[in-house]
Amino acid sequence: MRFRDHRVVGDILDLAARYRDEGADELVFYDITASPQRRSVDRGWVRRVARVLDIPFCVAGGIRSVADAEEVLNAGAEKVSVNSPALADPGLIGQLSGRFGSQCVVVGIDSQLTRDGYRAFQFTGDPERTRESGRDVLAWVREVQERGAGEIVLNCMGNDGVRRGYDIEQLRAVREICGVPLVASGGAGAPEHFTAVFQDAGVDAALAASVFHTGAIAIPDLKRTLRAAGIEVRT
Amino acid sequence: MEALIIDSGGANLASLQFALERLGARAAVSCDAREIAGAARVVLPGVGSAADAMQRLRRSGLAELLPTLRQPVLGICLGMQLLFERSAEGATECLGILPGTVRRLQAARGRPVPHMGWNQLSDSRRDPLLEGIEPGEYFYFVHSYAVPASELTLAGVQYGESISAVVRRGNFWGTQFHPERSASAGARLLGNFLGLT
Repeated sequence: MRFRDHRVVGDILDLAARYRDEGADELVFYDITASPQRRSVDRGWVRRVARVLDIPFCVAGGIRSVADAEEVLNAGAEKVSVNSPALADPGLIGQLSGRFGSQCVVVGIDSQLTRDGYRAFQFTGDPERTRESGRDVLAWVREVQERGAGEIVLNCMGNDGVRRGYDIEQLRAVREICGVPLVASGGAGAPEHFTAVFQDAGVDAALAASVFHTGAIAIPDLKRTLRAAGIEVRT
Repeated sequence: MEALIIDSGGANLASLQFALERLGARAAVSCDAREIAGAARVVLPGVGSAADAMQRLRRSGLAELLPTLRQPVLGICLGMQLLFERSAEGATECLGILPGTVRRLQAARGRPVPHMGWNQLSDSRRDPLLEGIEPGEYFYFVHSYAVPASELTLAGVQYGESISAVVRRGNFWGTQFHPERSASAGARLLGNFLGLT
């Protein structure tokens, strides 16, 4: 799918409860069309999700101001994630971490290889509006940390949706310069991809969507695989 | 069962309120000194910076009230840190209910700061708050500052150094982790708190 033809994967609340019961350690909700449509994520469903979840969750989607973030956090989210809005206004990262602490502020980076190397992309939720931001990914990773990001989710777009494994090489390069928690995203297709990204790229967490939504990988099975490989996971 | 959640102006009281409600408790949110003084149990949450939170508590007069409370009080995350004398975060004078200083975690390879994630408790001591919580259960931590393990520590967690995960002195308890986001183990702890008198 590679960021096109996003499928509706079922009612959000049912999914949230299912992943909670299966032992997911954290959930991330992306309202990916919010930024391209110049909207912000719906607080009502953040609240409904918060009512049923007893694990941390992060919300992303058109959070462009301290006021937007405050509403989402007050609705019960643990963290907010900014991507396109941070590229448009990097000062937002410092404003958010100054107000809520860096532990609340996740910066998502959609990275894709161009002729000029890996670049951060904006508005990836809408193929018509997706555009290269002009920022080099490694430089952006350094900058967002200086500005107060408490966590970085690196979504490797070239690998996203194709289920051939995480982009270990790129994640390893980012790990070298990333002193805050680093979350791998894009490419998970099999349990061994998770093992590899923890062991070979040294990431703190691995994010996946389609393999869980479709049931291709069950979380309890995945955790057994990771534990057998000597990776500490919550039981 | 009921607990009052102190609204010190920070964000994210909803997740705590929902967690208490899932346990069948009434969980009001208030910054009114009289209501807090009269509550059966008090929870001091905290998201944000120590300096910000203390400024809010001072402005509302709660900084003087909190040390005088006699009912069970539970500080969570920053709320636990505020119970101590001072914090390295913004060189902040805190409530001084518990002796000790909050320090910044030191980042190292394989140990990023903020510390975010699920960790097992170590060296748990017996306490009504930890009743029924098995050694090795995981709790969810999100923090950049911490209290070193001391004689107040009921349970620790290893993050490069031994830090306090749960503390207690008298009617004041604190957890560095977020029980409201720690799945069934966290619910158990909150349930235990609701049973304290």
